[in-house]
Amino acid sequence: MTEILKTEGLSRYFGAVTAAENINVTITEGEIVGVIGANGAGKTTFINMVTGYLPPSEGTISFNGRPIKGLGPRKLMREGLARSFQIPQLFLELSVLDNLAMALAAAENQHLQMLRPVRTPERMAAGSEILEQMGISRYRNEMVTAMPQGARKLLDIAIAMLGNPRMLLLDEPTSGVSLEEKYGLMDIVMEAVTKRGLTVLFVEHDMDIVERYVTRVLAFASGVVIADGPVDHVLDDPKVQELVTGKRLHKHTAEGGARHES
Amino acid sequence: MSLQKSEAIMIAAAVAIGLVGLMSPNWLVFTTTLAVSKALVVLGVVMLMRSGLVSFGQGLFFCIGGYAVGMGGRFLNIQDALLLIFIGFVAAIALAMVLGLLLTRYREIFFAMLTMAFSMILFGILVKSHGLGSTDGFTVVQWSVLGWQPESSGMGAFWLALVLGLLVALFLNRFFQSSIGLACEAIRENEVRVEYMGVSRRQVLYINYVLAAGIGAIGGSLTALAAGHVDPEMAYWTISGEFVFIALLGGTGHVAAAFIAAMIFALVRTYAVELFPNSWQMILGIVLLLIILFLPKGIWSLFTRQKKAAS
Repeated sequence: MTEILKTEGLSRYFGAVTAAENINVTITEGEIVGVIGANGAGKTTFINMVTGYLPPSEGTISFNGRPIKGLGPRKLMREGLARSFQIPQLFLELSVLDNLAMALAAAENQHLQMLRPVRTPERMAAGSEILEQMGISRYRNEMVTAMPQGARKLLDIAIAMLGNPRMLLLDEPTSGVSLEEKYGLMDIVMEAVTKRGLTVLFVEHDMDIVERYVTRVLAFASGVVIADGPVDHVLDDPKVQELVTGKRLHKHTAEGGARHES
Repeated sequence: MSLQKSEAIMIAAAVAIGLVGLMSPNWLVFTTTLAVSKALVVLGVVMLMRSGLVSFGQGLFFCIGGYAVGMGGRFLNIQDALLLIFIGFVAAIALAMVLGLLLTRYREIFFAMLTMAFSMILFGILVKSHGLGSTDGFTVVQWSVLGWQPESSGMGAFWLALVLGLLVALFLNRFFQSSIGLACEAIRENEVRVEYMGVSRRQVLYINYVLAAGIGAIGGSLTALAAGHVDPEMAYWTISGEFVFIALLGGTGHVAAAFIAAMIFALVRTYAVELFPNSWQMILGIVLLLIILFLPKGIWSLFTRQKKAAS
């Protein structure tokens, strides 16, 4: 498998505070990687540095073999690196279809078009298709403000995918979503990303979600990666249990689901 | 590109206004000409408002357009109104291309104050320019359109304003529905997401700002042609405030709103000055207050409400 994202010595300091230090990670194409850690462990700082939201203090980042350190979100998007947000970043006072039409116009590099309507039949069809795929087509003509949190998360991810990225970074895709909705939401997201053959890195607090959906885990504590490897290997690591997850009492069930208690 | 229903209505309205103008008294023709001219500057303000920016300095481009007409006739002996308007348009675009580089970095009150500052700089320069009549300004020379000299400059300016107003309205109607029109609204809503879509918000805002300036200059040129006079007041901050006032009155829902609001504003002011010569500003203030209270999205929301109720 080819390497898609690589960070070397990646660090971020806020004055005397170390938010992330010496992060060395290599992710290969097609991997589904979970990022875990307690609050303030450096997970979102890592995501923010990789996606150009926050400039690193030290270290290098390469995507697809090309250095991307210092590139802003816009250029990274054009390189094929997209993200969703813990708090969905949407155009609240616009309709769902207008949100998608904007994303599609941007993906086609037609966002400066002045005379052609943005709502072309092709874009409306593509927008409807992804809404169908994400299971939120009933909100098609609604304003975003009329959508519940789970649907907004899905729309945020759908918008990120419309840019035809190669890699998708999801910041806590299930936060703020009810327990009953979480698995449904993740099933939809994972089906969509798998269909597109995307590499995914996602930050998650819920260990059940991590166990069920990822193949590899990066565990963060105090701004440092303390474990990196297959799910069971990382979650059974005593250091991870001490600093991140607490002690695991139950392992995978026979059905493939997972339970975790601390 | 087929004609949309709203565009057909705007064309029909322009024709109807033109026909009514033929039978109307001079004062009403003049008031309508000024209202249409100001509506063009207001449309520039609306363009910026749709992207989340409020300009208190659109008088800058209004004044540039006006002075381009005046100076073009006076110093370059140009008589053709279309050429004079074009000169004003190009001058405003050129200036906006420079100012836009700085202004698109700012938002909210900082953008509003900077736009006002640039407008007031021009006001100061003109006040100190004795060759341009200082505070009195100067008279615009006799003009023609493609060799045709209108019998009455009032009617000539009226038709010119009506035709150019319609063309700008049709263009902006398409612009607001286009990708860049939506991008402006998207920037107002969430700049972070816009950048993560791969769109340069500064590029979008820059193009929008420059176009708004050009359209504002057309309004200024038409005002100069209709009034036959230009003075530094055109760049004064209260004039810019008036444009914001009219934009709020109309709302940002449709291009036609600016024209309706500009006409209502002109009529309310005309009658307020007539009936309450010492307190007409208070009448305007009360009108704005009532609009904000009962129609926070402007007069145009009356039409959208009816449409929603019907559907």
